Amino acid sequence: MKRMSVLLSLLLIAACTSGPEKREVTVFAAASLKDAFTELEKSYEASHPGVDVRISFGGSSDLAQQIVNGAPADVFASASPSTMDTVAKADLIDGRAEVFAVNTLRIAVPQGNPKGIRTLADLTKPGTALVLCAPQVPCGAAAKQVAMAAKLTFKPVSEEPDVRSVLGKVAAKEADAGLVYVTDVLSAPGKVEGVDFPESADAVNEYPLALLKKTGQAQLAREFAELVRGQAGRDVLTRAGFGPP
Amino acid sequence: MRAQFRLARGKFTLDVELAVEPGEVVAVLGPNGSGKSTLLNLIAGLLRPDTGHLSLDGRDLLGAPPHRRGIGLLAQEPLLFPHLSVLANVEFGPRAQYRADYRETALRWLDEVDARAFADRKPRQLSGGQAQRVALARALAADPELLLLDEPLTALDVDAAPAMRGLLRRVLRTRNRPAIMVTHDALDALVLADRVIVLDAGRIVEQGPTRTVLTRPRSPFAARIAGLNLVPGTTVDGGIRSSAGVFIAGRGSAGAGEDGVAVFSPAAVAVHRDNPHGSPRNALRVRLAGMEPHGDLIRLRAEDGLAADITPAAAAELELEPGQDVWFVVKATEVGVHAARGGVWGRD
Amino acid sequence: MTLPRLLWVPALLGFAVIVLPVIGLLDRVEWARLPALVTSDAALSALGLSMQTAAMSTLVCLLLGGPLAFVLARSDFRGLRVLRSLVLLPLVLPPVVGGLALLYLLGRNGFLGQLLGVQLPYTTAAVVLAQTFVAMPFLVVSLEGALRTAGERYEAVAATLGAGRWTVLRRVTIPLLLPGIGSGVVLAFARALGEFGATIAFAGSLQGTTRTLPLEIYLQRESDVDAAVALSLLLVVIAIVVIVVARPRAVEGLR
Repeated sequence: MKRMSVLLSLLLIAACTSGPEKREVTVFAAASLKDAFTELEKSYEASHPGVDVRISFGGSSDLAQQIVNGAPADVFASASPSTMDTVAKADLIDGRAEVFAVNTLRIAVPQGNPKGIRTLADLTKPGTALVLCAPQVPCGAAAKQVAMAAKLTFKPVSEEPDVRSVLGKVAAKEADAGLVYVTDVLSAPGKVEGVDFPESADAVNEYPLALLKKTGQAQLAREFAELVRGQAGRDVLTRAGFGPP
Repeated sequence: MRAQFRLARGKFTLDVELAVEPGEVVAVLGPNGSGKSTLLNLIAGLLRPDTGHLSLDGRDLLGAPPHRRGIGLLAQEPLLFPHLSVLANVEFGPRAQYRADYRETALRWLDEVDARAFADRKPRQLSGGQAQRVALARALAADPELLLLDEPLTALDVDAAPAMRGLLRRVLRTRNRPAIMVTHDALDALVLADRVIVLDAGRIVEQGPTRTVLTRPRSPFAARIAGLNLVPGTTVDGGIRSSAGVFIAGRGSAGAGEDGVAVFSPAAVAVHRDNPHGSPRNALRVRLAGMEPHGDLIRLRAEDGLAADITPAAAAELELEPGQDVWFVVKATEVGVHAARGGVWGRD
Repeated sequence: MTLPRLLWVPALLGFAVIVLPVIGLLDRVEWARLPALVTSDAALSALGLSMQTAAMSTLVCLLLGGPLAFVLARSDFRGLRVLRSLVLLPLVLPPVVGGLALLYLLGRNGFLGQLLGVQLPYTTAAVVLAQTFVAMPFLVVSLEGALRTAGERYEAVAATLGAGRWTVLRRVTIPLLLPGIGSGVVLAFARALGEFGATIAFAGSLQGTTRTLPLEIYLQRESDVDAAVALSLLLVVIAIVVIVVARPRAVEGLR
């Protein structure tokens, strides 16, 4: 008798998990949003029982290309307005994209700051192995902007294709300094330290978010966007190092 | 050359001791897996024995690498270097030994094997027989003290083998240096070798002058490949004149006036009580020494060593008994006449 | 032997898996912009660097991998089989792992890097080293295979003709091995040319110094997909020239 009831409850569980109640929201988000959005995913799923949020993190331009080529996304959170434009030009956005966060540059140095870097000008000192993003990618474009604003000429030893590679080189102590986002510095505690510099205000990187057309989950997607833009989202994003729009 | 080797490889053990006198040609016979090629590789230095010694003209060679031994090797396949011309192949040995006259040496040996016409060709443009001749020239141009021949005729087709055999015979005789030849063909041993060694399961089971081993084999292997009738003599036009003065007609490539031997199978012999006059056949008068069963047949042995295989019915009809005089009759087409290695017959 | 006809279906699908993506790439090419895109400063610099570094690393592969192939094919000692498997490691490792491994060995904090006191990362030499790491197995494997099939019989004959070991190597082994060397060199060059992961991890990416063609493509696709596609096409063309034109010649070599 006891065995029978165990069997029955197992059947019930199986029926529930495979039931039609299951709904999904697919979010494409820039890699730098990983920590913040993973936290938001949890709180969203807690307030939306039966809804599964699936987030695909990647380089913004990769994600934009995937969306343009038909990837099934409901929400797109990009790290740059230009990649969002790619999606907008393909007429895939429902409504319009709105900036929900900004990210600014910070100097990343290996733990302990062995070269004693204090200012942006210190990056141009001879013998300082500096790693930047290539100008073709957003973090590199931002680095170029602050250099121009500070009237400095950087001589990087490498121009990486993405910001995580810059962070990796610094964390591995293969570079003395790198220009990354505030959020990146916060994501590698114990490995890198951040050095603030006033010129960072000249290159603010905006993060737009948009709902996409052709989604079967418009309402759920809208509620996720509201969570990101609301106070709860604001708190999580601030902890990760993002600034308000 | 004196050699003694012991080599164990799994279940197989080679344990031999042999000596080859200056100018002597020794044939090594034996079934597959008896260790013939292993023996040659040990002498050439391509294999190392577990224990042993090897000396050539008083030089101790066991510790020497192959290229310092002065021992040449002609294998079953020509193994001409495919990227080099025929001439460059033959020049290879003298050049490797930094001899200034490599070109003349190579051309001389190409002449010797009648292959000068191919000097500029690549090995792939040669027939099997041509390639083997060039390989011989290449081995000899290196001027080895001792020449090893590993079944040098086996890979040749039936048309090319006799010419190569004749060439080897001429070259080995004029060089007057020792050679060791692995073969499974009694005829090769007969034509080329002074002495035969029979190897079985890594040991020498029989050795002696070629004719003795081939006509009166004591080991089962020698008996299987030999057991031929051999009549030594001097070659004449269309046959051979035996040392007893009897003419035997036969077919062969030997020129007249050479030391030679007539070879025929006991199965080709018919036996008559009287001389069958006027027949185009060879008739040899012999005295019967014994009779023994030989498969389904009866083998008759004559006192001079010749043998004939006849059916039991024929034997009964002839009322044969030992001591009787009979005629062994054999067709000229069944008799091969070959120039044979000189000197052998004198010792016998 | 006549093949069962059914075998053609998966065979053709397999071929399609290899070839169709390249056709997809062709379809995406902006032909009008192509000449300008492949002759931009960045493209030419990346192309030149790729050619130079791939040639250098192929040479290093030959000088080090050739002898290694000989040892693997012709010697006999304990642990040889393990050694032979280890040589294949770069074939199965993700290249980026190779790059990280090189970084932690030869970087400024790597033990060999500290020992030697040299600064390899961010230099062209680092690119060559990363390419050598990934390309070496191709050369070693094809050379070792050629050495095995060539057999030692010609070498034995050469020795009995009085040729010492170096003479045998120079006049017999290497000439007979030329087709194998040729295909090994072509494969190693092609692999070095396409190398990305180990380079980005170990050498970084700086125009004219370490940014090879694959790195340039990866970077361009962030900002200008047309440029990335055009450069990809360039790489495909070079690769096809290398494997289709050079390889059969190298393989046939002496014949």
